[in-house]
Order: sequence, then C-alpha cells, then structure tokens
Amino acid sequence: MDFLRPASWEEVLAAKAEHPTAVPIAGGTDVMVEINFDHRRPEYLLDLNRVGELGEWEVGEESVRLGASVPYTAVMENLRGELPGLALASHTVASPQIRNRGGVGGNLGTASPAGDAHPALLAAGAEVEVESVRGSRLIPIDDFYTGVKRNALAADELIRAVHVRKADGPQQYSKVGTRNAMVIAVCAFGLALHPDTRTVRTGIGSAAPTPVRARTAEEFLNAALDEGGFWDNGRIITPSVAKQFAELCAAACNPIDDVRGTASYRRHAVGVMARRTLTWTWESYRGTDGRAHRKGSVA
Amino acid sequence: MRVNFTVNGRRQEADDVWEGESLLYVLRERLGLPGSKNACEQGECGSCTVRLDGVPVCSCLVAAGQVEGREVVTVEGLADYAKQRAAQGGCAPGACGGPSPDGARAEDGTSVRDAQDWSARGTDSQTGEGTELSPIQQAFIDAGAVQCGFCTPGLLVAADEMLERNPTPTDADIREALSGNLCRCTGYEKIMDAVRLAAARQGEVV
Repeated sequence: MDFLRPASWEEVLAAKAEHPTAVPIAGGTDVMVEINFDHRRPEYLLDLNRVGELGEWEVGEESVRLGASVPYTAVMENLRGELPGLALASHTVASPQIRNRGGVGGNLGTASPAGDAHPALLAAGAEVEVESVRGSRLIPIDDFYTGVKRNALAADELIRAVHVRKADGPQQYSKVGTRNAMVIAVCAFGLALHPDTRTVRTGIGSAAPTPVRARTAEEFLNAALDEGGFWDNGRIITPSVAKQFAELCAAACNPIDDVRGTASYRRHAVGVMARRTLTWTWESYRGTDGRAHRKGSVA
Repeated sequence: MRVNFTVNGRRQEADDVWEGESLLYVLRERLGLPGSKNACEQGECGSCTVRLDGVPVCSCLVAAGQVEGREVVTVEGLADYAKQRAAQGGCAPGACGGPSPDGARAEDGTSVRDAQDWSARGTDSQTGEGTELSPIQQAFIDAGAVQCGFCTPGLLVAADEMLERNPTPTDADIREALSGNLCRCTGYEKIMDAVRLAAARQGEVV
C-alpha cells in the first residue's frame, strides 16, 4: 500500500489520474473500517486532509458551496439557517467523534442508500461538483446515485464540493433507528417546502437501492396545494391530502428485508415520516417564519 | 513510512508505520501508550477517543499518515493538558483557535516515557488522593464511574472536551456529548454523576 499525501487540489487530481485505483480518504469513517477489518486493501490511499479548501464553505446568493470534507459538526453548528434539512440530517450522524471527521463528500462518494445526508440533499436540491484532470462538471443530485453504493463519478474523478440550494422555506428530516446516536438508518425521510416555486421536494433514504425522491407524491402534493390555494391562504393541510401524500411516499419505496428492518416496516415508516414531516414543515410555514413567504398575507 | 506528530505536547516520531495503519495502532503499539483502548475498530464504541488538533475523534478511524505534523492528546496526557488549560484561563494549547506555533512548547507537555509510566497511583489507590489527576479523572473516581475501566479513557477525553466547550452542561448536553462512548457495564448513571460533579467543581473554582 502507498500513502499519497498531496498538498493541493491540483496535486490530488494529478495523483488520482496517475493512480485511478487510489481510494480517497478524508474523515476515514468508512475507509478505515474496511481497512481495519481487512475488507479492503487499496493499492493507494489518497489523503485529502492536507487540502484545506475541502473543509471550507461559502454561502452564495442561491446556494451554499460546501467543501467535500466539511465535517457534519460544522454543518450543524454553522449552516442551520441556510441548510436546515442538511443540518438536521447531520445531527443524526453517528456520534460527536464521527461528526467531527465525516462529511457530505464521503456520504456521496460511498453512495450508500443509508447515508444520512442524501434525503436532505434530494429535498433541498443540490449539485455535486466533481473534477478530474480532464475538467470539472456539476452533476445534479437527481442523476448522482446510480445503484447500490454506486454513483456517477468516473474512475479519475473526485468530489470537490456540493452546491446545496439555500432554503426558501421550512425543511425537515426524520430517521428511524433503535436509538438517537450511532444508528445506521432503518429508513429516513427529508422534506423541503419551496414557497418561491410553490413546490415540495422529498428524499427517501434506506428504502430503495439508492436514495430516491417520491416524485409521484411530490406531484400530487404540488397539485393539491395549488388547487386548494394553500400557499396563499396558509390553511392547515387537509388530512386526506396528508394521508394520500404519505401513501404515495410509501409507494415510492423499493425496500428489502435485512437485519435492520423488514421491507413492509420500512414502507410503513416512510409513510409515517412523510405525514409527520409534511405537518411539521407546513405548520412552520403557516406560523411566524412562514408569513414572510406567503404572498398577500396580512400579518 | 515515518510519521512525525505531537503527542501530549511532545514531538514524536513513529517508524516503520504501515500505510493502512490507524492512529490508535501507532499510539498503542509503536509509542507504548495503551491508554486509548482498542475495542470495536469501527468508531462505534468511542474507547479510542483522542483529541486531534483539539477535536475529539476515534483514533481507530484516523489513518496514521493523516496525523503528520498534527497534535494529538491522549488520556495519558489529560492531567497535564487540563493543568495547562487551567493555567491559560480555560484554553488548552491547540484547542481554542488553531494549533500552537510549531515547536513553541516542545519541552512542555508529557514526555512519552512519563506517559508510558502513567498510572492513577497515589497515596490511596481507591480515591486517587495524592495523584496528579485531571478534574474529570478525579470526578470519575469520586463518583464511582469506573467499573471495568475499558470505556473510561474514551469517556474521560470526550467529557473533558465537552466541559471545556460547555462549562454548565444540561443532562441532555452530557448525554449527547457522550453518545459515541459505550459502557457495557451499564454504568451510565454514575458516569453522568461524575460529569455533573466535574462541572460543579469547575464552577466553584471560577
């Protein structure tokens, strides 16, 4: 094994081009487990810790550019306003020790359907900035996950940053597990209200081969909110609408039975989380922080 | 490969390090510092918790090569670390705002020999009286928070760091800060007592 320690992003890309089998390591919270247990013996380990920019973030007009190895702790502590869904998701990751090391870039690189960040990224809307010596490109989050632990990266590409759309309305995140800490999600659900475009986006984790959006459910809810004038009148969501939304979210799952839970439990739990997160976000939208978003409302 | 880094305030050099080796292995097997415990090797149990540039991490998940040039504090250096922090008005080197300037404290800190020889012996082995302990270590002894002792080093490092950041933690704060440290003797209540005790004593001093 060789340990490659590039000092700049350019050197990282050059090293990856020269050694496409090199395994990038940042927080090490996935890679080191595999090495410790002899599940993996990469020819090259490519250390990203010396590249300072990967641990930095910039808050822009439309989105936050989050460096690939910004630790979850930093997202929780500094980006709760801009990225509330991702901040909530980050808080559910493992333990303080793991959140101090792990970041969204690793979640995306591993592309496990159980990665905690995915539902929040899908719901908020995001693009993954990947680069190789051949050049840089932005991959929409909807096209990023291609299979179980597979993503759209080419062999010589690495994740540099994630551009996550800043929240224009309330966002929520919910995760099912046996305790609050140190839990791989049995299933997870993210929901974001986008009052600017009058749309709702969702993300489902651990209930399909890849993280997915519940598109049919989103379309149904967008139409129902529009028809009922809900975005303007700020009324409570009709129980029948919430119920149907929950059923459509459960139907968007394609889960398996495994040690953490059965397929039917996952489907059921996703429906429950969909209804709850919709209620929580909508109540927030109707309440004080929602007034600013509603057009024509009189405070 | 060779790895140069700072452990408990002193520069150290580890030789013949395998590229896939963890920081935990380097500490225990190459530097003779077995205080950090090796249990799950997957970041679940927190018994290998150390501070890397002031931040609590599972040393089993840090590749040895990643610590080149960085600062590590282990449980063996905790008493000294706490003493320096107290002397500097609450800020330990490298903890509050970046690592200390290179070499500035080369002769401070705990030598690897002292750290290897460290044990909680004192005039009274039950109470730790007469021993150089950090306040959190003394509180663990006084509250009876040590059972088999395997989880203790990780809990001490994690709890000490929380009290540095948050001198008046709520029970929820303590539970969250220690949520990555498992005790299988089911002794969490005493551990909670110990951290509350350390926080209260810290408050009295100020």
